[in-house]
Amino acid sequence: MGSIFNAQQIVNGLQLGSIYALIALGYTMVYGIVRLINFAHGDFFMVGAYAAYGAFFLFNAFLGGSGLPMAAVTLIVAMAAGSVVAALTNRFAYKPLRNKPKLSSLITAIGVSMLIEYLFSALPFIGASFRAFPVLIEQKLYKIGTATISNYVVIDLLVAATLMIGLTFLVRKTALGRAMRAVSQDKDAAKLMGIDVERVIGWTFLIGGAFAGAAGLLAGMTYPRIFPYMGILPGLKAFIAAVLGGIGNIPGAMLGAYIMGLAETFASAFNSLLGEGIAFAILILVLLVRPRGLLGEKSADKI
Amino acid sequence: MNSLKTPRLLFAAAGLYVVILVMNLTGLLNDYFLHIINQSLIYVTLTVSLNLINGLTGQFSLGHMGFAAVGAYVSGTITTLLFNVKPTLVNYPIFVLALVIGGLAAALVGVLIGFPSLRLKGDYLAIVTLGFGEIIRTILNNISVVGGPRGLLGIPKFSNFHVVFVVAFVTLVVVRNLAQSSHGRAFLAIRENELAAELVGLNTTRYKVMAFAIGAFFAGVAGGLLGHLLQMAHPTQFGFLGSVLVLIMLYAGGVGSLTGSVIAAFALTFLTETLRMVLDSLSDMTNLPLGDWRMVLYALLLILIMLFRTEGLMGTREAKIVVLKEDQL
Amino acid sequence: MSALLSIRNMTHYFGGLKAVSEFSYDIPPGVIYGLIGPNGSGKTTTFNLITGIYRPTQGQVFLEDRDITAQKPYLIVRAGIGRTFQNLRIFGGMSVLDNIRAAKQYRAKSWMLSSVLRLPGFMNEEKRIRDESMALLDVLHLADRAGDLARNLPYGALRRLEIARALATEPKLLLLDEPAAGMNPKEVQDLMKLVQRVRDEFKVTVFLIEHHMKVIMGICEYVKVLDFGTTIAEGKPDDVGRDAKVLEAYLGKKGAAC
Repeated sequence: MGSIFNAQQIVNGLQLGSIYALIALGYTMVYGIVRLINFAHGDFFMVGAYAAYGAFFLFNAFLGGSGLPMAAVTLIVAMAAGSVVAALTNRFAYKPLRNKPKLSSLITAIGVSMLIEYLFSALPFIGASFRAFPVLIEQKLYKIGTATISNYVVIDLLVAATLMIGLTFLVRKTALGRAMRAVSQDKDAAKLMGIDVERVIGWTFLIGGAFAGAAGLLAGMTYPRIFPYMGILPGLKAFIAAVLGGIGNIPGAMLGAYIMGLAETFASAFNSLLGEGIAFAILILVLLVRPRGLLGEKSADKI
Repeated sequence: MNSLKTPRLLFAAAGLYVVILVMNLTGLLNDYFLHIINQSLIYVTLTVSLNLINGLTGQFSLGHMGFAAVGAYVSGTITTLLFNVKPTLVNYPIFVLALVIGGLAAALVGVLIGFPSLRLKGDYLAIVTLGFGEIIRTILNNISVVGGPRGLLGIPKFSNFHVVFVVAFVTLVVVRNLAQSSHGRAFLAIRENELAAELVGLNTTRYKVMAFAIGAFFAGVAGGLLGHLLQMAHPTQFGFLGSVLVLIMLYAGGVGSLTGSVIAAFALTFLTETLRMVLDSLSDMTNLPLGDWRMVLYALLLILIMLFRTEGLMGTREAKIVVLKEDQL
Repeated sequence: MSALLSIRNMTHYFGGLKAVSEFSYDIPPGVIYGLIGPNGSGKTTTFNLITGIYRPTQGQVFLEDRDITAQKPYLIVRAGIGRTFQNLRIFGGMSVLDNIRAAKQYRAKSWMLSSVLRLPGFMNEEKRIRDESMALLDVLHLADRAGDLARNLPYGALRRLEIARALATEPKLLLLDEPAAGMNPKEVQDLMKLVQRVRDEFKVTVFLIEHHMKVIMGICEYVKVLDFGTTIAEGKPDDVGRDAKVLEAYLGKKGAAC
């Protein structure tokens, strides 16, 4: 029994958790600010992976070579692609519905998600079939104790940590971060204080999209197979992670994502059906036992 | 006074039934067309039953096809694996029994899903129902007795125009009669303002669970019909996309309007088939896989409805024929 | 004296904040009882505690000596307490008549199956509910709007509709949460008459929260003044109006606006 809780599984779980965390942050930020479950967020992740894929072949054709500089460039492209799609989605699909019932936005989000997935699947130069993700960086394996750690683990954890530290700094120390916190507390009051709420929402989508794009690249590199529907399940699991941590809460999303990564890794090692279903089991448990999540605050409705 | 008591909907339905049947017998309407009508009628059942949950009671289920899956697999297991009967007239009682048991099994699942809905609203409820749908799909994928990922094959073709028509009609009448009764007003009150509904003495918990149970029952029966029409039940057939398709029909027709649900179920089933034919022949000509463009169009349709006509075709209006007068049977 | 509603040592905290503190009082049957206090003094919270929306941190609520503390809201309604809301909670997408009929549903006995099959028992009950509801709308001058969507009514009529809906549950005690909020002086006058008429015709006890001093002083037979969750004065309106603490809490801080 002790075999499934070994160091190797913990490493794998943290690696998976890093990718979930980058996606979950976008979910939680958008929810915190516009109170919308952005169903299409998982698809921004997929777009990031395809953008990285395209960028690699494009740059490889013109410049040649691989290695760290190339990886850095593809990372930037992936983040930019995630941002652009997120911003477009916000501008054309969500913004017109800002003052309509919440459910309209939610259904629109489902529509956007379908649109991105099937558009990618229908476009002849992308297509529905699986593609093998190119090797950006040679994989190296290090043996530490009983666990084997690849340099991909290090890269995944490092990229995720850097971005998360950057985000924390942005939210805590900058004017934009202050505005974001204000809008998430009370949109109307923030507006009265002279904050351009739409601008803040726009930035939130840009940042969330960039993070999802980065996660797309990392996932492509780590689990080297991409396809137009690859965003659905990770998106859903990252969302559940955000709910687990307390939706709208940034440290909560990170915590929830790592718990989710570890739980899924352990559960899969135990039984594949359990691995597939653990995320939903966590969701239902959280919603029944502690709907505001681990770090979420209690909200009070005015009656 | 007497004219008020005539069951207009029944007459209209009977008329439609006879017309379609005569057209089919005289060859004006070929069997392929009839098959699409059958599918449309099954979607009428699905959309109208979803309307009870999402439209009338104001809950939000994203897993309606999960209920249909339960109905399809349970009824399919009974007719195919348990009795292994041929679709002959003498065996129809077994089929009807199987449909009802499938529906009841789905209703039971509906009650289970209804319970989280007691504490959850809107988007959270959407996620939970979606999760339930996915769990059902995952479980079906892993039960080898019912075919696992291959699906349950060789289901006898019990479903035909008569059965499908009657079920769609009964569903419509039940939901309509329920909606236009004191119980229906309780459903509506919950949609309009749940706290106020509780504070006029309504047991909102009970009503929400009932809405899920009744909606799930009819979805389960519809699933059973679909399985016995297509002669198979497949896990992905009842996945998230299927649920979204029913959702598109509901919103295209207008949430809260049964008339809208019926019209949209027909229109979109026919649109699906037309697009399938057009895209298939285009694919053949160009040698390109164009099938996915159909879903692109559906996604766009859903987005456009939400952006420009949230109330759908009918809003909450009903065709006169569907509305009961105050003292009408 | 046998009170209709009695509240014993009720205390409620939101997080660390004490919203209601050591509340105890009795409301005798048949009176119009007023509760007045500045914003944030715990008035609406009191109503939410009585109607079971919040569970009190401490203390009990009795209706005719029956303990109803923290029961489910719909059971408290069924026990005989109806209420209105400060921010209207109308069933906007339903007709005016259906707003009332929805409130009568909990007393209906027909099963769902009976309504689906339109059995005679159900049809008779529907007719009875409809007639009763129309009669109620008539009393509140809403009968001519019975078929309209509730959300299309003017503001004053919506306030009346909420009172009608609360009465439709056939309460012994009617809780009115700032019924005069947002009304002009003419409407306030009409409302005051209406409340008295409702008390007399429907034999209910009225428990009323108000901001308007005039309403409280004009129609209440007994007044209780709150400030920061504690009672600072109570008694007949005239006596309370002369109380120094009340004058300070009300006129001192808030000026003569009330």
